[in-house]
Amino acid sequence: MNTKSLVSISDIGREEILSLLDKARKFEENPNRRLLEGRVVATLFFEPSTRTRLSFETAVNRLGGRVIGFSDAATSSSSKGETLKDTIKMVSNYADLIVMRHYLEGAARYASEVSSVPIINAGDGANQHPTQTMLDLYSIYKTQGTLENLTITMVGDLKYGRTVHSLLMAMRYFNPTFRFVACDELQMPQEYKDFCTQNGIKFTEHKDFSPEVINSSDIIYMTRVQRERFTDIMEYEKVKDLYTLNNAMLEGSRDNLRILHPLPRVNEINQDVDDNPKAYYFDQARNGLYARQAIICTLLNIPVD
Amino acid sequence: MPPTKYFNVMKNHPSKELAVAALRNGTVIDHIASESLFKAVKILGLDKLTSAVTIGYNLDSAKLGRKGIIKVADVEFPEELLNRIAIIAPNAVVNIIRDYEVVEKRNVVLPETIKGLVKCSNPKCITNNEPMSTIFTVDSNSDELTCHYCGRSIHREDATIL
Repeated sequence: MNTKSLVSISDIGREEILSLLDKARKFEENPNRRLLEGRVVATLFFEPSTRTRLSFETAVNRLGGRVIGFSDAATSSSSKGETLKDTIKMVSNYADLIVMRHYLEGAARYASEVSSVPIINAGDGANQHPTQTMLDLYSIYKTQGTLENLTITMVGDLKYGRTVHSLLMAMRYFNPTFRFVACDELQMPQEYKDFCTQNGIKFTEHKDFSPEVINSSDIIYMTRVQRERFTDIMEYEKVKDLYTLNNAMLEGSRDNLRILHPLPRVNEINQDVDDNPKAYYFDQARNGLYARQAIICTLLNIPVD
Repeated sequence: MPPTKYFNVMKNHPSKELAVAALRNGTVIDHIASESLFKAVKILGLDKLTSAVTIGYNLDSAKLGRKGIIKVADVEFPEELLNRIAIIAPNAVVNIIRDYEVVEKRNVVLPETIKGLVKCSNPKCITNNEPMSTIFTVDSNSDELTCHYCGRSIHREDATIL
């Protein structure tokens, strides 16, 4: 069995996070390096995710490696009833590294236990998506110059949003202050508030996306409020626009404030924010390439100069 | 379940005499809450044994109200197997009997991890969709079991035994 996979952001500690960020910075300076010459990376997407798959495949291609895989379970033998274990065993005969996305929770953990090559979890259901967290961390680090002592405001769906949960957990090493802005139905779950308390992380909860909250933030992390999360559709209609950010709301905000969003965005960030220099969500997506290059090379023990 | 009128219900005799016969050699597991008794039977795999098994159900208990008791002749179970009972019956007491004497008496202890025993309550967990064993980590302070794969936690009392 391999010893090194990236399944959950909680698999890596403070030093590993900082080391990955440093490598991501080097890849941003020069993303085209032939470090994966002669290597094969498999991208197994049992659930379609074009954005994530293209980001990984670009990362491999810019490093000179080759990509095999599938982008939809319908074109793989899992549609014939093959078990995940058998698929992983088979592919790990061919590839040096497996990037996988799966609709079932815990699939990547299980794959890492049966694979002879490292696994990168590119999302397993509502569970984990650690490379998204790494690109979020890199985006914060890059725009603020540090991860330490920042005030991070999370807005929207804090109940089901796996990106905010993972980011919260990864930030535990860096003394953050969190502000959680959500309606009653989508509050940050108690287990994550307990996690903050246990780790000495300061947080406050707000129902209003008020100027006080905005103007005291270094990072605003917006998420999409999805209609299907609501049992009562009237409740959705009532709250859906309460957590929409528009340009006028940023008037008194800090100079160093940056707006992040894991994308896709629907209406939670007004289009008029896009031209504000504090809007960072498109650059954030590009950072995913560098973060993933750093992760791939680390798991394959390839030094990055 | 058939209606109770088909059962010949009698009040239990109030004396303190043994409800089940004494054991010469084997294992007695006492202080199992009645509602957990048949789960304990399942965990121990008693239906596959060939030795004499006595199961007492709904016996009076000062501590538990109603309790169950299991007596298995000529079998001493591995400690690891007995400790799995702690998930559903944390108060259970194990007595090892040799030649009518209790040679060892101990409480069951919640294991730190449980493999292949408890079903994950998350239908989208990989363990419910692949031919594989479940693994749970146990927090003995909160009595929570957490799935090693999907992270879903359940309380010990709500655990479904596979």
